[in-house]
Formats: sequence, structure tokens, C-alpha cells
Amino acid sequence: MYICKIFLGTTINENNMYNNKFVKVLTVFLLFVTVSVNAKSEAVEKGEKKDIKTEIKEYIDHHLLDSHYFNLFSYDTDDGKHKYIGAPLPVILWDNGLQVFSSSKFNHGKTVAEVNGNYYKLYHNKIYKTDANGTINYDEEHHATNEKPLDFSITKNVVFIIIVGIIMFFMFKRMATNYKKSPIPTGMARLLEPIVLYIRDDIARPNIGEKHYRRFMGYLLTIFFFVWIVNLFGLTPLGVNVTNNIAVTFALALLTYLITTFSGNKNYWKHIFWMPGVPIPMKILLAPIELLGTLIKPFSLMIRLYANITAGHIVLMSLIGLMFIFKNWIGSPLSFGLAFALALLELLVAALQAYIFTMLSALYFGSAVEEHH
Amino acid sequence: MTIPNIVGAGLIVIGAGLGIGRIGGSAMDAIARQPEASGKIQTAMLIAAALIEGIGFAALFAA
Repeated sequence: MYICKIFLGTTINENNMYNNKFVKVLTVFLLFVTVSVNAKSEAVEKGEKKDIKTEIKEYIDHHLLDSHYFNLFSYDTDDGKHKYIGAPLPVILWDNGLQVFSSSKFNHGKTVAEVNGNYYKLYHNKIYKTDANGTINYDEEHHATNEKPLDFSITKNVVFIIIVGIIMFFMFKRMATNYKKSPIPTGMARLLEPIVLYIRDDIARPNIGEKHYRRFMGYLLTIFFFVWIVNLFGLTPLGVNVTNNIAVTFALALLTYLITTFSGNKNYWKHIFWMPGVPIPMKILLAPIELLGTLIKPFSLMIRLYANITAGHIVLMSLIGLMFIFKNWIGSPLSFGLAFALALLELLVAALQAYIFTMLSALYFGSAVEEHH
Repeated sequence: MTIPNIVGAGLIVIGAGLGIGRIGGSAMDAIARQPEASGKIQTAMLIAAALIEGIGFAALFAA
């Protein structure tokens, strides 16, 4: 892959004409002073240019999907092989009994994995059951019609959810031991105390109310730190994209929905099914709308987190990709600067989305436990 | 992506942008009038902006 080759620093010498060191320096100097694009290399790369564009597009599309591998990058070796740097992850399937094997058996979709007499093939990131030759049948719309076993694999997203879980466990464990030593916070406690207090005093207390807020603090703190750390991981070059996955945000929103529903008091349900203070025809009209509203609230939580992080990743990766499309001394630094600025903005968005998710959850809990007044 | 989809997405962005812009502008006015309440105003602003953004994204997915 061309992009990765540049990342690795193994740049290819395209024009043998520039072998002379002096000419090389002169060319770089000329590129600096002249505004015009190097027309010669442009013409040489024209055939390759479209490839880079589609390659970047594929790269972004691939990044947005969950994967059975944990790959840092991949590149073409000199003897024409495509090498991946990373680790295979365990595959767990339920197909008439539990089937556990390593995803290295798929060989990145190239070979058929044989496990206990069953054959599986990785096709477009999904596992299909095939025959020994790995044939995949298609319907008219070119969708695979092979049987799909239930997939409980530890994919890239699952790995990072577990890692973030472990990080959070040790963070708060340290915080607890710090407090046991002395009431004055030191170390990890000093780092986390302002954030915890902020969530308590500025999110939970005003929105849920003095009487009930303690019950929800555990959930609110967990969701805030989880979403925040996961979002921050998404900005590292590890290629993590946990909150880019709508299934993950769905699960988070489902938790908020369940907690809201099960902690709703009489007053809450009354406001949904029999709105006080409005005429009876309005009450009947409002009931279905309010009932739908309880579902739309977690739905918007899910979409908001997912769409914000996905949009951020797409734009950031496109800007990084632009550097390799421009490949001149004006466009590339410009897109680098833009990508850098956007990365800083994403740093803010990572915290902001965690904050908004927590804030809106607190708001919904608050409406569920609000007393009649 | 077909042309109606693109036009629809553009309209959504215009609408959401106007909405969030109005919220931001009003919040600025409010903070200028009462600088001591800026914390509360910011919170309310973020919630309102997030709600509009949520609808905007939902519409973008539909488009």
C-alpha cells in the first residue's frame, strides 16, 4: 500500500533522473520557490493517482468497520506479497456447538478455515459457512446467501472495550487507595477528583435532584469515563473505533433507556399516559406521542454519539488522505495543518460527546424520578 | 448518492446550522448581559445544540 510505504519511510524513487544528489536538492528548492506543480511527476503518477484515491476510500471504509484482526498497518513487500503488521484475534462461533479458533486461519479472507470438519470463510468482514473450496453463493443483488454462524468473536472493538474497562478499573482502584491513605487527594485521586465532582455537582445534582442523585452517580461516572476514554483511544494511531460502531452506542443508549424506564415513578408514567392539566381529547392524543418520545430519546443518544465520532473520523482520515493525493508543497502542508487543527477539535468533541451523553442521561433520569409538585 | 439525496443533505445542514447558530448567538447575548450566569447558560446551550444536532444527524441518515 502506497500510504503505508510512506509511513514506513521506504519511499520509492520514481524518477531515476533525480538520482544525482545535487539535482535532488535543486528540485526540492525549485518546488519551494515555484508555485507551479511539478508537471512531470504529475504526468508520471496520473495512472497511479486514481488508485490512491480509491485506496484511501477503501482504507477509510475499512477503518470504520469492526474487524477480526488487530492490524496496525499493512504494506506490499518487494516480492509482491501483502504483509500485515498486527495480531489475529480469537474467533468464537456458535454453530452446533462452540467453535473457537484464531482468526489467522482466515488469512485475511484468502483461505478457508477448517475447524472440526466445518469450513468457514471471511467475506467482507463477515464469517460464512462454506464447503471445502470456500465457494460463496450470491443472490441477484450480489449478497452472499451462505449460512452465517452466530458470531461471538472477540473483535477489535471488543478487545478495546475490555482494555478500556481494565484501564478504568485500575484508575479508580488507584483513586480509592489514594483516599484511604489520606483525605487529601494525591496522585490519581487529584487528577480525577475535579472531574468526578464536576459530574456530581454540575450534571447529576441539578438535573436529577438532591434526593435521588446518589443512586445514579455510579452509572453516570461509568458512562462518562467510558465514552471519554474510548473516544480518546479513537484519536490514537491504533485505529480503534469503538464508538464508531452503532452496536456499541446502541448498547449504551439501551442501558440509559432501561434505567430510565425501571426507575420511573408514578408521576413519570402519569405524565406519559395521562398528561395532567390538559383536556381529555388532548390527553388521548398526547399518550402515543409521549410513549414514542421515550423511545426517541435513547435513539437520539445512540445516533448522536455514533454520527459525531464517525463524521469526525471520516473527515480526519480524508484530510490525512488528501496529503497523499496532493503531493506538492502547497496542498500537503495545508491539509496537514487542517488535519492537525481538526485533531485538536476532535479532542474537544471526544470530551463533549461524553459530557452530552452523561448530561442527557441525567436529564432523563431526572424526569423519571421527579416528584409531584 | 443521488442528486435529491445530496440536496436534502445540504438542506438539513443549512437548517441545523441556522438552528445551532441561533442558539449560540442567543447564548452570547445572554452571557453578555449576565456574565455571572455563564456556566448555566453554557450548559443549557450545549443541551439545546445537542438536541438539534441529534435531529440533524437522524435526518442525514434518512437522506
